[in-house]
Amino acid sequence: MDLVVFCCAAAMVLVGAVGVIVRNHPVHAALSLVLTLFGVAVLFIMQEAEFLAAVQVIVYSGAIVVLFLFVIMLLGVDKAENLQIEPIPVQRPLAIVVGGGLLAMLVTAVVQARDSVPTGVGAGIDLATQTGDSDSNIKQIATDLFGDRVFAFELLSVLLIVAVLGTVVLSRKPDKAGGPQ
Amino acid sequence: MTAVLAALPVPTTTWYLVLAAMLFTIGAVGVMVRRNPLVMFMCIELMLNAVNLSFVSLARQLGDIGGQTTVLFVMVVAAAEVVVGLGIVVAVMRRRPNATADDLVELKG
Repeated sequence: MDLVVFCCAAAMVLVGAVGVIVRNHPVHAALSLVLTLFGVAVLFIMQEAEFLAAVQVIVYSGAIVVLFLFVIMLLGVDKAENLQIEPIPVQRPLAIVVGGGLLAMLVTAVVQARDSVPTGVGAGIDLATQTGDSDSNIKQIATDLFGDRVFAFELLSVLLIVAVLGTVVLSRKPDKAGGPQ
Repeated sequence: MTAVLAALPVPTTTWYLVLAAMLFTIGAVGVMVRRNPLVMFMCIELMLNAVNLSFVSLARQLGDIGGQTTVLFVMVVAAAEVVVGLGIVVAVMRRRPNATADDLVELKG
């Protein structure tokens, strides 16, 4: 059963990812990205990371893709781009060669190391299917996040404030009075 | 039918890591091939998702919740990166409509 779900989710992920890079219309690319992100959320649920699956759907598929679509709409760049035009002729074959090499290297490393990865060296993950508590995943993440990593969490809020301020400054229209734009 | 489904192999961590490697490669090829800055950002999101997937797989394999917490951090940083990046894209596109990555080789206004 797990295999069937894994294969369906993997197909979603790969079809969506290929769609992002071969679709010539930016809106279609963004919608293919949604397919990939949902596939990754399914894979998160299969690995019993329920909280991350929910965050994936809300933050990625919800916020980030909507942001992409808003910018596409705002800029009026929703025109199909001609992918046949290729200013640097060697670029695409070279990219495919580099990509193939990267994939071969990563897959070889993963497959070679498959027996040397230790199992269960950490404190253990509370799986909802074992503890019988359906909130065990979110409780464990909260304990880790607000316990050991609380300083990083606070820094993250600083990062978000800086990002928001930076975007407001960047996308402000130039001042008519001739002030600093 | 149920017996057949139960006899199928269960995907191991290696399967997830290989899938993540494929997703990462597709994203990397996209960044190298595409010229539209928006689509290049989407390809960076693909690569970040591949990394998140391998984090979650290894967190389960190692039995360490830290991997899942790290994924949460990666998601927040990715959101911040997209916000700033799209702000830059909007600022550039307002000045030169339909600019591609090739037109932006020199950072002049």
